Amino acid sequence: MLDDFFIRALLAGIGLAILAGPLGCLIVWRRMAYFGDTMAHAALLGVVLGFLLEINLTLGVFLTALGVALSLLVLQQQKGLSTDALLGILSHSTLALGLVLLALMRWVRVDLMGYLFGDILSVSKTDLAVIAGVLVLVLGLIIWIWRPLLAATVDEELAEAEGLAPVRARFLFMLALAIVIAIAMKIVGILLITSLLVIPAATARRFSKSPEQMAVMASIAGIIAVIGGLSGSLQFDTPSGPSIVVAALLLFLLSRISGLGRSRIPASEKDGFQ
Amino acid sequence: MTIAKATSDTSLASLPTEISTNRHVDDVLVECRDVGVYRPSRWLVQGVDMDVSRGKIVTLIGPNGSGKSTIAKIMLGIIKPDTGSVRMKPGIRVGYVPQKLTIDASLPLSVKRLMSLTAKYSDADIETALAATGLAHLVEAGVQQLSGGEFQRALIARAILGKPDLLVLDEPVQGVDFSGEIGLYQLIRDVRDKIGSGILLISHDLHLVMADSDSVVCVNGHVCCQGTPQAVAENPEFARLFGGRAAETLAVYRHHHDHSHLPDGSVQHQDGSTSFELHSHGPHCDHDEEA
Repeated sequence: MLDDFFIRALLAGIGLAILAGPLGCLIVWRRMAYFGDTMAHAALLGVVLGFLLEINLTLGVFLTALGVALSLLVLQQQKGLSTDALLGILSHSTLALGLVLLALMRWVRVDLMGYLFGDILSVSKTDLAVIAGVLVLVLGLIIWIWRPLLAATVDEELAEAEGLAPVRARFLFMLALAIVIAIAMKIVGILLITSLLVIPAATARRFSKSPEQMAVMASIAGIIAVIGGLSGSLQFDTPSGPSIVVAALLLFLLSRISGLGRSRIPASEKDGFQ
Repeated sequence: MTIAKATSDTSLASLPTEISTNRHVDDVLVECRDVGVYRPSRWLVQGVDMDVSRGKIVTLIGPNGSGKSTIAKIMLGIIKPDTGSVRMKPGIRVGYVPQKLTIDASLPLSVKRLMSLTAKYSDADIETALAATGLAHLVEAGVQQLSGGEFQRALIARAILGKPDLLVLDEPVQGVDFSGEIGLYQLIRDVRDKIGSGILLISHDLHLVMADSDSVVCVNGHVCCQGTPQAVAENPEFARLFGGRAAETLAVYRHHHDHSHLPDGSVQHQDGSTSFELHSHGPHCDHDEEA
């Protein structure tokens, strides 16, 4: 079964969607969409470094994404420039640097489109094994630091005051994000990773009454988007990454339309005043 | 409301008064010594010495920008001081109500789930805490649907839920209606008396501060004066910082509850002009130092 490239892509995509659910929710709650985008854009630089240093490309992407996240933390300490501006600088300069270096490395022949927009054909059995391992590891990590992360999402100082070590939780969160970006590159591509994090989370918001429920719902929305998108990609011969994102978008729009009729008076308010 | 502690003020009127010298060291939950915080171009606070002990309410008062919240954050370990030292008793439980807290609309969070934000509690405990703050009917409501006053109540309920050793409240009753305020201050007293928490309170309500506090610390970038409410109210530094009106308010307040100090013996509450008159009599009542 695993000899079928489509099954491999599907399994990889589902594994990714499960992780993207809770991480994407945290990104939405913490208003870090642009931050995720910046880490993802740096991934191309990671590919280039992978070629240059002759290390595993996924490892190269992971290290670069983490490096960018940490540089941002250092730059933030110096004040003077808003996080928004810093992200704007890091995001596009790392992407541009990656593109320029890749063009200079004439001995390397790569399918640039594959990195930018995903390539389901490239998911190997080894990749699957890596994704399975990452799934268990990162999911365990998120569950372990969930309470501190959520508390820090509400208020970092409150979490600090009540002894939940939010800085450590945030660092581990970035680590998890860097790992997910590294494995997401082959499925949806560098330019579209953030959408797989943000869109399913946004879709889940309407159907959720608790943070935990929203995280699970986001995973489910992501899985549906992956299955729908990859099937469409196979059917219409479209690139895998954009197809998955379009499927996620359709799901999001559907959730908005289906919610319109009944969202005027939230259920909790009805209960409260009757 | 009664106060049962306004007796030995004359000996404490000089500044800065340290009331913690006769206590057991074990009772001190957190203390800072000569603490200062510097941010580019200015000191937020400097030379701060204070502590919070078990079973005591310490109230920080001071004008806007005087560093009250900064001091609270230093005590909590959120801000690391640039000078001096902070020592918190190891292993104590802390409850904190920050001055400002906004929850993003994208986060689905019920009042009930908010209660378990930093630790897990039983449904019964959660309901008790919410009932104590008058929110029992809003257990399932989303936090974004609450009014400002209701949200503050929820934050207070959350902070006291864990029966904290140290409770830090940064303007906890902001946005709460007047009758609600009295109830919440009663609740804060109960937390001190029944749980035995040490409480650091930042409040603008001088009347209530005077009634509830075991100790008042008046700050303006540094500690201007500290001691019992009486001692602070009579301190000239306090009058200079808050203006004559505040000093009058405090003096009158004290007299309302301490009739022996009233020269004419009349009991005329809540009357502006009378208050002014009473105040002008104030210094003659019980002062030796200021003459």
